[in-house]
Amino acid sequence: MTDTVRNAPATGTGPGRKSGEGGARRVSFAMVLAALGILLLVSATAGMAIGSVHVPPGEVWRIVTHALGADWSAPVPSRAHETIVLKVRAPRVALGAVTGAGLAVVGTAMQALVRNPLAEPYLLGVSSGASLGAVVVIVFGVSLLGPVSLSAAAFAGALLTLLLVYTTARAGGRITSARLVLSGVAVASVLTAVMDLLLLTTGRGNEARAVLAWTLGGLGGVQWGTLWLPGAALLLGTVVLVVQARSLNLLLAGEEAATTMGLDVARFRARMFVLLSLVTGVLVAAAGPIGFVGLILPHIVRLFVGGDHRRVLPTAALAGAVFLIWADVAARTVAAPMEIPVGVLTALCGGPFFLWLMRRDARRDADRGVG
Amino acid sequence: MSATELAVEGLTLTAGAHHLVRDVSLTARPGEVIGLVGPNGSGKSSLLRAVYRVLRPDTGCVRVNGADAWSLPVRRLARTLAAVVQESGAGIDLTVREVVAMGRTPHKRLLDGDTAEDARLIGAALEAVDAAGLAGRSFDRLSGGERQRVLIARALAQQPSLLVLDEPTNHLDIRHQLDVLGILRRLPATVLVALHDLNLAAYYCDRLYVLRAGEVIASGTPAEVLTPYLLAEVYGVTAEVAVHPRTGAPQVTFLPGEPTAAIRPVAPPPHRPAQEGSGGTSPLPEEPGGSSR
Repeated sequence: MTDTVRNAPATGTGPGRKSGEGGARRVSFAMVLAALGILLLVSATAGMAIGSVHVPPGEVWRIVTHALGADWSAPVPSRAHETIVLKVRAPRVALGAVTGAGLAVVGTAMQALVRNPLAEPYLLGVSSGASLGAVVVIVFGVSLLGPVSLSAAAFAGALLTLLLVYTTARAGGRITSARLVLSGVAVASVLTAVMDLLLLTTGRGNEARAVLAWTLGGLGGVQWGTLWLPGAALLLGTVVLVVQARSLNLLLAGEEAATTMGLDVARFRARMFVLLSLVTGVLVAAAGPIGFVGLILPHIVRLFVGGDHRRVLPTAALAGAVFLIWADVAARTVAAPMEIPVGVLTALCGGPFFLWLMRRDARRDADRGVG
Repeated sequence: MSATELAVEGLTLTAGAHHLVRDVSLTARPGEVIGLVGPNGSGKSSLLRAVYRVLRPDTGCVRVNGADAWSLPVRRLARTLAAVVQESGAGIDLTVREVVAMGRTPHKRLLDGDTAEDARLIGAALEAVDAAGLAGRSFDRLSGGERQRVLIARALAQQPSLLVLDEPTNHLDIRHQLDVLGILRRLPATVLVALHDLNLAAYYCDRLYVLRAGEVIASGTPAEVLTPYLLAEVYGVTAEVAVHPRTGAPQVTFLPGEPTAAIRPVAPPPHRPAQEGSGGTSPLPEEPGGSSR
């Protein structure tokens, strides 16, 4: 019987070979990143070109390069176009890219941390918690922390909600999809109700309407001056998560297995929950709760680069940025001159995707039961 | 990698008011293969979970090379101890190679990449369990037996000097059962393994510990432990035990019917407390791995 062990099938990889057969099924990682990088540039250009006033892509580039101080770039013919591109569309595209990237990264990590493919900040009620935090600050006018009060309150709301949903859904060390999604939905409806109550009973009617619009998720009206905070949150979140990618991988094996491979699961999860809540809170404060980006993108990205978080996280960030830029372009144009909240559009794509994912997992479980 | 010494001392584990394991002591000398047998619910898995540092002891301790496992950093312990546990994944699919690659994690710093040496170890681990052909496959789509072999490969890729396995032969067909136990036998590591099949345990293990209701009720070489009396006592079955002419290991044959007084010797089952056992009072049986080939 000793010898049979050695008779490995001839199809096996030799010990010295590098990345294995996985490479054949999957596109090279560098190619994926390069393609997405180019796609991101194209998308950003389109995001600045398309709108009620059309600015040709070539002109967009001239405006942008000129603004960045490139000497070779000719002076811009139209002042109006320059204002539209630089003051209105560019910050909006930037916020879209940052928010899309951040939500995709957060969704990826959340799926590993709660060990469930349906996890996502919006579905788990974390975005609602963040919204409520922000609304409390707006309605009661408390701003202890100056300009970052809104984000800080959103962060606190996100963290409390995440802890609540996680502890509710967890029983006997295991989280079933049903319990997770149900507790997320239940917590989200309570939080939303509290938020609506606050907004309806507050005296400031116009402000309440504006906030209500914000709770649907939208990128309009953003200015350069407020972009640094979401940008910094995205950078921090992505860097920390990429550094911790191996630990996220271990969680996919199960909590006990992860422990035996050297991960202090409880401590790691606590730290990551704080980080994810921070990123979610800041993004929600900036762009409102935008759903399903964190659900769709990680799953699509895994089809191309596999499940290793060292690959999934950077890819998901780029893909999320591209996705939300285009979603926002659609939100601005499909019903022009009216603007649809981008969160409504992502929900339109995301809802069916969620249902498909649920059915796929159910099928998989059934297969496994038989096998 | 030199083998590691494991000592479980006076271990008690509780879940609420219920005792999972009560005052269990056990030793595994470097390089030994120690089998843990006993009926379902006898505390085998709980004992193993305490050894691989998931279940915190209420009293007693687990010592790995003399150091209390719970006082070691998780990552440092993981460079010594690997485990094959019974647990399901997260519903996010990975390839077999990605799963086995996880085993390299405790040897990596935060931003270390995968080296050629890692790739070699991963490939060798897969080949050792006859799973090299599965490397590019989706882990979720494997059969139960294939999955079990891949998890063993992951533990091997961890290069442990102490390997803990909870029923590793579950779901395996007989050939792969023999293969897997043969691998454990040849590893330079110390092995603690819970097994259902008493004949496999008798053949592959240096010593056995028999658990019933959370307590060790017998321990020693397979020949000392596996007696008709003990089998009647622990499992409530009638059995004959003979020495197999070719392997030299005890061979248990179960017989239908309730155990009768006739097969019950009057002597109590042997139980050497671990502390005395480590003195080597009885010679180990002939190396099971050697006699058959």
